[in-house]
Amino acid sequence: MENNIPTINVALGQYSDLFMLLAAIVYASAFVAFAWDLAKSSKLIQEIDAATIATEKKVLVAAGAADAPPAASTENALVNDSMDYTVASAKRMAAKIAVSLTWLGVLLQGFAVVARGVAAARVPWGNMYEFLSTGSFLVALVFSLVLLKKDLRFMGTFVLGLVTVMLCGATMGFPTPVAHLVPALQSYWLIIHVSIAVLAASLFTITFAMNVLQLLQHARMDSLAAGKPDKFPFMRLVPGAAPLENFAYRINAVAFVMWTFTVMAGAIWAEAAWGRYWGWDTKEVWSFVIWVVYAGYLHARATGGWTGARSAWLSIIGYLCIVFNFTIVNIYFNGLHSYAGL
Amino acid sequence: MKKDVAVPALGFLGMVRWAWTQLTSMRTALFLLLLLAVAAVPGSLFPQRSVNPEQVTTYLTNKPTAGEWLDRFQLFDVYSSVWFSAIYLLLFISLIGCILPRVKKHAKALRTPPPRTPSRLNRLPQNGTIQIQSASESGLSDGQIVEQAAKLLKKRGYRSEARLEGTSPSVGAERGYVREIGNLLFHISLVGLLASVGIGGAFGYNGQRVLVEGETFVNSLVSYDSFKPGTMFKEDSLDPYSVKLDKFNITFDRESTTHFGQPIDFTAEVETRRSPDAEPQKETIRVNHPLRIDGADMYLVGNGYAPVVTVKDGDGNVAFSGPVTAVPQDGMYTSLMVIKAPDAKPDQLGFQGFLLPTAVTDETGFAVSGDPNAINPQLQLNSYYGNLGLDDGQPQNVYVLETDELKELNNRSLDAGGIVLGAGQTYELPDGKGSISFDGLKRFIGVDIAYDPSKRPVGIFAALALLGLAISLFTARRRAWVKVKTSVDGSGHEERIIEYGLLARGEDHGLESEAKELRKLLEQQWPAVERAGV
Repeated sequence: MENNIPTINVALGQYSDLFMLLAAIVYASAFVAFAWDLAKSSKLIQEIDAATIATEKKVLVAAGAADAPPAASTENALVNDSMDYTVASAKRMAAKIAVSLTWLGVLLQGFAVVARGVAAARVPWGNMYEFLSTGSFLVALVFSLVLLKKDLRFMGTFVLGLVTVMLCGATMGFPTPVAHLVPALQSYWLIIHVSIAVLAASLFTITFAMNVLQLLQHARMDSLAAGKPDKFPFMRLVPGAAPLENFAYRINAVAFVMWTFTVMAGAIWAEAAWGRYWGWDTKEVWSFVIWVVYAGYLHARATGGWTGARSAWLSIIGYLCIVFNFTIVNIYFNGLHSYAGL
Repeated sequence: MKKDVAVPALGFLGMVRWAWTQLTSMRTALFLLLLLAVAAVPGSLFPQRSVNPEQVTTYLTNKPTAGEWLDRFQLFDVYSSVWFSAIYLLLFISLIGCILPRVKKHAKALRTPPPRTPSRLNRLPQNGTIQIQSASESGLSDGQIVEQAAKLLKKRGYRSEARLEGTSPSVGAERGYVREIGNLLFHISLVGLLASVGIGGAFGYNGQRVLVEGETFVNSLVSYDSFKPGTMFKEDSLDPYSVKLDKFNITFDRESTTHFGQPIDFTAEVETRRSPDAEPQKETIRVNHPLRIDGADMYLVGNGYAPVVTVKDGDGNVAFSGPVTAVPQDGMYTSLMVIKAPDAKPDQLGFQGFLLPTAVTDETGFAVSGDPNAINPQLQLNSYYGNLGLDDGQPQNVYVLETDELKELNNRSLDAGGIVLGAGQTYELPDGKGSISFDGLKRFIGVDIAYDPSKRPVGIFAALALLGLAISLFTARRRAWVKVKTSVDGSGHEERIIEYGLLARGEDHGLESEAKELRKLLEQQWPAVERAGV
């Protein structure tokens, strides 16, 4: 910033605020639509079950053999273990609406985030408002992109709920007009370190939801096996515990590498800013704790007796540490990272 | 995975071996890893001496009983505590104990041909068969097909071996040896990283210094305000460079209505000499852009105003003259300052109060600073005389005036009132105790000077660790076998099939698609033939 300070575009900043609000409203509607999809799933399941039984009967009659393949039932499953879209999954109207709304929200918020950056002539993640608004955008974008390939709509309520809360938290909790960066944040490491951190956190968000569902599904299967009635029929929209665990592991592995990079990039930046690459500042402590917990998770998957539910708990604890690090540590703990515009 | 049973009579060596097996087991490593995460947390809950020693002192003063107990358990020195060190040292010993046999094992694996072909490939998680033309139809012997399949697998990155002996010739193949290499690289780099931190840190040092405009810092022990040497530090390792602060510039935001007066740039203009007889160079120090001097870099960590004052004593002699570092308390640079004049006679003199860079009167009638720039600088001071407590040799904080043995001379509550000084003004103290004048205003910077020879090795090991981690997580180690079988049916007709099977070692979500790909390649080479009734 060699004395030629760019001018802040206040008007564009206000447009950005407006579009953030619009996006929040659209996300809230998408959340409702996803919830509606879950709510009416039991009815849909009954219909599909009835149809499946009918076809199977027909198949049995036509083939006249006992070993006829139960093709119809897998075809009609609402979600399969590889989380690919199935024929039956196309029947979920509410979910389709929810996904369209999510994309609309992503577009609106994408404009808002870019406009914020252009208005300030810098990357739009320099204070708490911007961490939350850009972070929620990334969560929504990553989720939408994954949806193109895999049927993760069963996570929609959770993800959109979280995105809505984050965005409302930003606009109501930490409203901050567009401004220049304080000198401490004027570094290209802000672009590298923070963007990878937020991206890693958004991936961990998705795996957190998967691991919670994995535990729920696990408990539900145990209770069904014990002959108890199905208390959560909507969980039939959710794949089995094992595929959830495996998919979460794949994403966690990617996110862990990103988090490792985040910590290392942070250390390089800390060296340039404060003269030491590691000094156990509160933020550093918690980034370390998160790293160690997820490292423990990866090792647990390779340790006898620790796979399944136990490793899922580690992933969940790791995510709670991330949330803690991002909220409580940013807001209440004194440290070198406390310039987040509070 | 070994089952732990009650400890039998093992003898000393047996006990050592048992302890070693326990320590190096994955379960123990995992436990220590999670314990490390838990143990790191208190360091964020309690103030740490290594981070902020003043906060620890404050804590101990405010909560003496709890503080004493916390201190006993080293909760103010978590990261150098016995228990934290014990956890990570055990973890790293466990890690080394895990790495060494694995290095040996993998070195052997790298020199060993792929494992022998299982008798039943259809038991493997991914397998299949393709019926192909018989030897008489295609003119290719089973052995030739196996050799071609070995080449095909080799092209795909497998290490393959054609096995022509026996009734059904086969290919054994394995790929992804690099996965284990990545894994080992990651873990070895972590050990290297920790060792670098420990060894490099011992030879390093860091210190702080406040530099007022016009002052020169010469890198020698006496020049530091505070100095922390590593355990192996030697004084002659200080590079004899010097840095003179010519000017310090701050740019404040003057356009924004919401962030008016927020600093947007700090730049220190300095003149450096790498050695006493070197040519002076003009350089700058900025936040995030330290002054890189080979050996010890200088970082800009603070700044403020240093009012230049002259104190004359009761005898009319100059008792103090020069800039006084005033510590900023808020964004408007309202700054706390203390002046001590121990040479004043007949009584020692002391002053404490505020510098207001732009003095304005607020609605309640108090003087406050209205701008961070020095538009209307003003000193608001109380004065004292008596014993400053400096003569008994006890070190004192220069920013704190010990007023216990001092008598007040000027204070808002006294008849004499407080001292209010504009730039260039002089104030005569009551009772002929002397005078104080506000001669000018300079800026100061606070700099950290740090030398840490571990930086480079830590950086290299960190980069290697990241590389190793990515390799170990994103490559797959797989084994593949291809067999060719020819059988003759009752009518004397030759049937020939290719049978293949794949096995993953470790996490591998891509095994299924690899099996599909392999089948495609095999079918490209030897098209499947349809036979009626099969």
